[in-house]
Amino acid sequence: MASSETAGQQHPLGIYYKIWVLLFVVSAFSYAVDYFDVQGAMRWTLVIVFMLVKAGFIIAIFMHAFWERLALCLTILGPPGVLLLLIGFMAVEGNYTEGARFEFMGHDRDAVALTPAEYHASQAEDHGEEGVAADAH
Amino acid sequence: MSEAAATSVAPAEGVSGLLDDWTADKQAYHVPWGKAMMWIFLVSDTFIFTCFLTGYLNVRMTTTQPWPPQSDIFALSFGGAPIPLILIAIMTFVLITSSGTMALAVNYGYRKDKTKTIWLIIATAVFGATFVGMQAFEWSKLILEEGVRPWGNPFGAPQFGSVFFMVTGFHGLHVSAGVIYLLWVARRIWAGYYDKKGFEIVEIAGLYWHFVDLVWVFIFAFFYLL
Repeated sequence: MASSETAGQQHPLGIYYKIWVLLFVVSAFSYAVDYFDVQGAMRWTLVIVFMLVKAGFIIAIFMHAFWERLALCLTILGPPGVLLLLIGFMAVEGNYTEGARFEFMGHDRDAVALTPAEYHASQAEDHGEEGVAADAH
Repeated sequence: MSEAAATSVAPAEGVSGLLDDWTADKQAYHVPWGKAMMWIFLVSDTFIFTCFLTGYLNVRMTTTQPWPPQSDIFALSFGGAPIPLILIAIMTFVLITSSGTMALAVNYGYRKDKTKTIWLIIATAVFGATFVGMQAFEWSKLILEEGVRPWGNPFGAPQFGSVFFMVTGFHGLHVSAGVIYLLWVARRIWAGYYDKKGFEIVEIAGLYWHFVDLVWVFIFAFFYLL
């Protein structure tokens, strides 16, 4: 352990282990949101909060931004911050386009997506009528 | 440097002037130049990934067809009932594990413990390669078994396929490049290339690797969970 000159980012190992465990736990929480099928506003809130917590700790601790000088931090975080504007504009525009398509182009508001299980079941039915595959049960 | 005294000399023109302007003794970032350059690169990469994800946001909002249910599509069955999104969860844990080993590699690099640094970097690369392997499995399952294409799929909005292949493909490309980069760095450390230069290179490579993990955090949330 010859930490003679304090060049670069030298920190105690303990903090990396703690953040590592924390990232595992928060990822498990994210997955739990899907596993327990949380829906609606609660899903969005939990997923985005867990995402921001993970991203924050990766940038701050693993990428050492917490210990960097302000000049570097602003270079890193400033320009991407402007992207929030792009995201906001695109959300407004997307919302308008979707509305116009429902309103003026007669797209179906009540269309429902298929799960793979439902799709394969419907395929099996079609094939069953033609007597092709032995995929009944 | 010391030629600062010669202020009366007019700055050079043309290419040598350009070089003078950009290599003169003006320092904004008190970090090794390689680290500053890696950060600048990562900022530009942030823009690319944000453009992809914003494009995803836009097509997902504008499409009037229902979005395919990711939770069921990425489910995997280990003999019993399919477990929703399990493959993606495992991939996420593999990538976080690799981020942890990378962080330790950086630390041991600065302690000049070459053996541990090399092995931790190799472990990181192995986890990265595992991630890419699982992604290859995921892609072939979606293409061959589920019939997902960039222009359509059997479940819902056709944009699902194009976003999936573009976003996860570009991320997988980053992971693959990272694996090669890490192995190259490990080999040079082993060869003693950095013994005198210092081990900032491990931190620079680490920045790239953590960034790849960081991008996955956003893809995991926006593409797979929401």
